[in-house]
Amino acid sequence: MLIKLASVLALADSTRKEAYFNRRSFLRGLGIAGAATVVGERFSSLLSPSTTAFAGTKLTTIKSNYRVDEKISSENDVTHYNNFYEFGSDKGDPAKNAQNFRTSPWVVSVEGEVKTPRKFSMDEILTLAPLEERIYRHRCVERWSIVVPWIGYSLSTVLKLVEPSPKAKYVAFESFYDPKQMPQARYTGLAYPYVEGLRLDEAMHPLALLCVGMYGETLPNQDGAPVRMVIPWKYGYKSIKSIVKIRLQSSEPPTSWNRQAPNEYGFYSNVNPNVDHPRWSQATERRLGEIYMHKTLMFNGYSDQVASLYSGMDLKKFH
Amino acid sequence: MLLAVRKFLASKWAKVFVFLLSLVPLLLLVWRGFRGDLTANPVEFLQHQTGDWTLRFLIFTLCITPFRKLLNLPEVIRFRRMLGLFAFFYVCLHFLTYLGPDQSFNVAGMLKDVAKRPFVTVGFAAFVLLIPMAITSTAGWIRRLGGKRWQALHRSIYICAILGVIHYYWLVKSDIRKPLFYGMLVGILLIWRLAAWFGKPKAPAVAHSVPVRPS
Ligand code: HEM
Repeated sequence: MLIKLASVLALADSTRKEAYFNRRSFLRGLGIAGAATVVGERFSSLLSPSTTAFAGTKLTTIKSNYRVDEKISSENDVTHYNNFYEFGSDKGDPAKNAQNFRTSPWVVSVEGEVKTPRKFSMDEILTLAPLEERIYRHRCVERWSIVVPWIGYSLSTVLKLVEPSPKAKYVAFESFYDPKQMPQARYTGLAYPYVEGLRLDEAMHPLALLCVGMYGETLPNQDGAPVRMVIPWKYGYKSIKSIVKIRLQSSEPPTSWNRQAPNEYGFYSNVNPNVDHPRWSQATERRLGEIYMHKTLMFNGYSDQVASLYSGMDLKKFH
Repeated sequence: MLLAVRKFLASKWAKVFVFLLSLVPLLLLVWRGFRGDLTANPVEFLQHQTGDWTLRFLIFTLCITPFRKLLNLPEVIRFRRMLGLFAFFYVCLHFLTYLGPDQSFNVAGMLKDVAKRPFVTVGFAAFVLLIPMAITSTAGWIRRLGGKRWQALHRSIYICAILGVIHYYWLVKSDIRKPLFYGMLVGILLIWRLAAWFGKPKAPAVAHSVPVRPS
């Protein structure tokens, strides 16, 4: 913990003028480090030995202000209808095929243009900051949507710890891939491992959630255990699952769906009712559990928080 | 054995049997609906199931003639009209899942979407093409149109099947196995048909009277 605290201090001390290393985030960083010490103790006793099965463990969370006031989707629906192409392309496949997915031990490497590259164990990730329960809207590019109580904390917590260098402009993510555990993957038409990316300022946005759980428990295997991203203002496929690598870099990283069909899936992939997918309209969506469609909101309803990230950009061109 | 099969195929029970069998996909969906077992996204599930069954029934219909000739079972021709009409029945349900839940029964909006999205355009074209075939599927219409013209019209079922495959191919995101599989089936049937046409023009319709090898 002392080491972590020291690195947060070092980060705040540095004279770099990146917009996000301001005084407030320094103070928040202190708070997080302090809280993490307390929570960390609780968790390390709770989670040892670390070889216990990951999915389905209860998590203790604090309340967050990031909660939409909408009906939460049925847990059974959310965990039995989703895309996780490594386990097959049918939306019932992940729940069926990910049951024996081994998610422990697990290490996430954070590397690239950073001052202190680091490998985090799952135990560390679970204790870096107090876990928050956040209720987000989640919108798939296929026009279905859900409202989910995710558990985690802002990705910025981790990024600040490793101290991005001034060269870092983008964050590249990589999913775990093991063809032996994921034999269905090779028929799905995507190249693996699955990769995703964000601009650094997007990744530093407090809404960008590093997610370790949902519905009060650790993530089920089929939903991206043990650790994934949730980026509520972008289409679902940006929220990469089962992360093993986070790499900061100066150039825009390739992303899986963009590589597969560049004209259909852009790097940004912000939810935008005014920019249609070439094959269907994005103006409406269907909540799981409902029959009729309803209107899709700009940035999935998170305009107030994120629109400024894109001011002056042509969102049709950078879709 | 073969005689028994042929006798059954020629009986009226065979028609009832095929009719009930063709209803099974629908009954299964109704049953799953009652059990609340239509997945987390019932509309999409029904849309996909009815789309799949439309394409399958189109292919069943196209299989009849090769099946009849290759196996020398002239009796199966009796089921062709029914299978074709079931394809039409399932595409109507398929279309309703689109017009209703997707387009809120807004016909103007629906037509705009049809014009805008190539995959819907193609599906819609196949649907529209099936309508005259469904209407003229009766004996009365065969008489009124005359065998030649009637046959020419009903050959467009091949075009429907091809459009159905393109529709499917264009709507999947990246896993193209199923559309390719159906495309292959339609391709084989088409090639068989073309070969039959060019191989022996004016093939007599009595080919089935050739005795079969005992098996
Ligand atoms: C002969 C005509 C048609 C055939 C053979 C056909 C077949 C199919 C098939 C096989 C699927 C995919 C099922 C799956 O993924 O398992 C599908 C989906 C679909 N079809 Fe059709 N279809 C036809 C006509 C139509 C028409 C007339 C419309 C609407 C005007 C339509 C709209 C759709 C839609 C909206 C989907 C779902 C697309 C999605 O999931 O994004 N289809 N159809």
